[in-house]
Amino acid sequence: MTTVNAASDASVYKVEALIAEDIDAYLELHQHKTLLRFITCGSVDDGKSTLIGRLLYDSKMIFEDQLAALEADSKRVGTQGQEIDFALLVDGLAAEREQGITIDVAYRFFGTEKRKFIVADTPGHEQYTRNMVTGASTADLAVILIDARKGVLTQTRRHSYLAHLIGIRHIVLAVNKMDLVDYDQKVFDDIVADYRAFAESIGIRDFVAMPISGFKGDNITGLSPNTPWYRGPALMEHLETVEVDQVSDQAKPFRMPVQWVNRPNLDFRGFSGLIAAGTVKPGDKVRVLPSGKTSTVTRVVTMDGDLDAGVAGQSVTITLADEIDCSRGDVIAAADNPPQAADQFEATIVWMSDEEMLPGRPYWLKLGTQTVSASIQAPKYQVNVNTMEHLAAKTLELNAIGVANLSTDRNLVFEPYDDSRSLGGFILIDKITNATVAAGMLHFSLRRAQNVHWQATDISREHHAALKHQKPAVLWFTGLSGAGKSTIANLVEKKLARMNRHTFLLDGDNVRHGLNKDLGFTDADRVENIRRVGEVAKLMTDAGLIVITAFISPFRAERDMVRAMMAPGEFVEVHIDTPLAAAEARDVKGLYAKARSGQLKNFTGIDSPYEAPEDPEIHIDTTAMTAEEAADAIVARLIP
Amino acid sequence: MVADPKTLTHLERLEAESIHILREVVAECEKPVMLYSVGKDSAVMLHLARKAFYPSPPPFPLLHVDTTWKFRAMYELRDRMARESGMELLVYHNPEAQERGINPFDHGALHTDMWKTEGLKQALDKYGFDAAFGGARRDEEKSRAKERVFSFRSANHRWDPKNQRPELWNLYNARKNKGESIRVFPISNWTELDIWQYIQLNDVPIVPLYFADKRPTVERDGMLLMVDDDRFPLKPGEVPVERSIRFRTLGCYPLTGAVESEAKTLSEVIQETLLTTTSERQGRAIDKDAGGAGMEKKKQEGYF
Repeated sequence: MTTVNAASDASVYKVEALIAEDIDAYLELHQHKTLLRFITCGSVDDGKSTLIGRLLYDSKMIFEDQLAALEADSKRVGTQGQEIDFALLVDGLAAEREQGITIDVAYRFFGTEKRKFIVADTPGHEQYTRNMVTGASTADLAVILIDARKGVLTQTRRHSYLAHLIGIRHIVLAVNKMDLVDYDQKVFDDIVADYRAFAESIGIRDFVAMPISGFKGDNITGLSPNTPWYRGPALMEHLETVEVDQVSDQAKPFRMPVQWVNRPNLDFRGFSGLIAAGTVKPGDKVRVLPSGKTSTVTRVVTMDGDLDAGVAGQSVTITLADEIDCSRGDVIAAADNPPQAADQFEATIVWMSDEEMLPGRPYWLKLGTQTVSASIQAPKYQVNVNTMEHLAAKTLELNAIGVANLSTDRNLVFEPYDDSRSLGGFILIDKITNATVAAGMLHFSLRRAQNVHWQATDISREHHAALKHQKPAVLWFTGLSGAGKSTIANLVEKKLARMNRHTFLLDGDNVRHGLNKDLGFTDADRVENIRRVGEVAKLMTDAGLIVITAFISPFRAERDMVRAMMAPGEFVEVHIDTPLAAAEARDVKGLYAKARSGQLKNFTGIDSPYEAPEDPEIHIDTTAMTAEEAADAIVARLIP
Repeated sequence: MVADPKTLTHLERLEAESIHILREVVAECEKPVMLYSVGKDSAVMLHLARKAFYPSPPPFPLLHVDTTWKFRAMYELRDRMARESGMELLVYHNPEAQERGINPFDHGALHTDMWKTEGLKQALDKYGFDAAFGGARRDEEKSRAKERVFSFRSANHRWDPKNQRPELWNLYNARKNKGESIRVFPISNWTELDIWQYIQLNDVPIVPLYFADKRPTVERDGMLLMVDDDRFPLKPGEVPVERSIRFRTLGCYPLTGAVESEAKTLSEVIQETLLTTTSERQGRAIDKDAGGAGMEKKKQEGYF
């Protein structure tokens, strides 16, 4: 059997006695517990799962039936011989149990008289940066585990960097497996000194180091007689007393992102949300962002009665004295100290998807209760999470961390992440797959956003269009290479010119000779190619022109991005639909032959995908009509 | 600014988190519903929903996927809570299970599969709900510990544990692909003790079966079953015995084992819970199929 140290035996006994003798006293004690969320990180064999299993065991969170199953499992698949393998309690999913490793974020719960704990158990593998960042995002504290026999490893540095990056204020360095180095103080001191040098170099100002054994139970619930040279605290004591962020957040100015407007009848209009920072009470002057309108708080409403004050961490509904515009996505803040709004930022981005980041592609950005469209520029640099070196990068792949500028399609109410996790942390969502592809942390808004203003001009786009007696439009041709886009586009332009329309044809090949000659054919470059063409087409519609574009434009997301740039109704998507086999058979430019033989990479339809429009304004089936007939059909649709 | 910061208790923080989740779903989903099983976890979830939207009633219906084999006391509380909360109550019975007379005595695992797993899928499809709140907790079982708060199901209601969206801070991505629906677990981070304490502090109404009383029982395969109505087929020579029992978990009465107990008040129930040495789901026959991976397998197939 395992050794359970004397201190933990005694405390378990005390708790049981209280429960048995005076349950009401016990419950009274537990009503006032606070909550600490923390994460444990370590390499595969550092004993993370064992430590968590130990905490669950020592705090009596393992029931007898689970213990019996654990003992049986330990003998069958355990790695500790005939002893209890605590790791088996924690490793959840079937596939993982077979592999013997933890591969996702799992949450565990245990409690003492003083606190309830939620532990995010996150894996130590290189490919799983995203899991650790996820687990760390809600944590007040991080336990960084080190194997006393191995000292500070690459993984230790990576975990510490990530914990610091995500803004965890309390770091515990748990030097584990002290039993395997004979509880030698020198081993411990050397590791701590090593770690201190590294921690300071990345900006970790403070940490608490402790020598432990998760397996034997040393310095977990009480100080161990095996390490008389260690004065404490024991791990549990530290976890029970460290200050939680919910308390420190109250000292900050008031902020509440509005989640939902509560309007049961005409007499009540409340704004519901989770208070992100500060406190709020009736009589407080508040400002609603981004509109900037001010009002006064009249009530802090809950079902249990109105509150004298709401504090950071509470979900409340507040009412205001004035009927001002305020809806989901707005932020209600202290009137004299509101957050800023901007549309261009620098941010750290953690990429979490198998599909790499595409600079220029619009993604949904969710921050607080705001969701906007955002595009990211090519990264300024990527961080090597093992060495903290800055590397040049054109994109970010799964588990990569980089710094980049991004712009949003409208103003975002924000605070730097260092000041506020709630108003500085965001996720990016792919617009097509709806997957969460990245997490990010805003550093600051770019001065550009503050200093570059839109210059109003006296000759409006309507004026330009009226002079030309036409309604501007973009005829956006999309289709495979060799589908007939350029041919049909050219015919359309000739027909429109004969009808005295002012047009301009932007052709894919031609643009790549000038404006876009710096771009290649990678996915990222294709996105940028289309973004630039979209911006040019937009300027031309402002000038009153009918713009015809002929680009393969293979990705739905970018075509939708261009559509969103244009005035409603001015974007006309024309799908020149030619089956791959037919286009390849024509092969006017000999490109398919080259692509098939491998001389040409990233060729649409061969080794790069074409995403056909789902619902184009005009659909041309080139197998059913001639180019001439197609052009007539398009002109007829544009000018009825 | 308040000079003396208020440290929220663990229950206050859990409550705030759950309310935040409930509101996010209502703000971002088109047609949410709350799955209401009438157990103590459902009771807390419903109470949280009433708090989240107060003074409005929760802006979604309650859905009870019924098996017709619940305890009578459960049906009583269900109807009462729907009235008190001002919410619409939808009760769904799988018509095929009804027609074939599927029951826990003759059909074993098929009973749960048809009434609950299939019934739930049918009900969600019938009404076209795109998000369903469920009262599952991460501390109940190992595979739940890794499930997200927003858990996506494919068009055929399958869960893919390898393809879950990361959940950071309190930001939830509620965007769905065509045909997908979401199961949302607002009380993911609550433990059994948290639930009991919350019920006590907030006077949340729960089914009286959680408290000990004299009830007619028979003992089968080591489980104490309550003879709740005359559909219970007694074996030759079997006579129901009055015992002081209560339930730690509630499901279909022929599948739910009772424990002998004298705990008549909430404090006594909590006391017994804390001193007990077997975990909560042990009373349910359903988890015992397929060894340790039983629940994970059921979930992949579409069980809640």
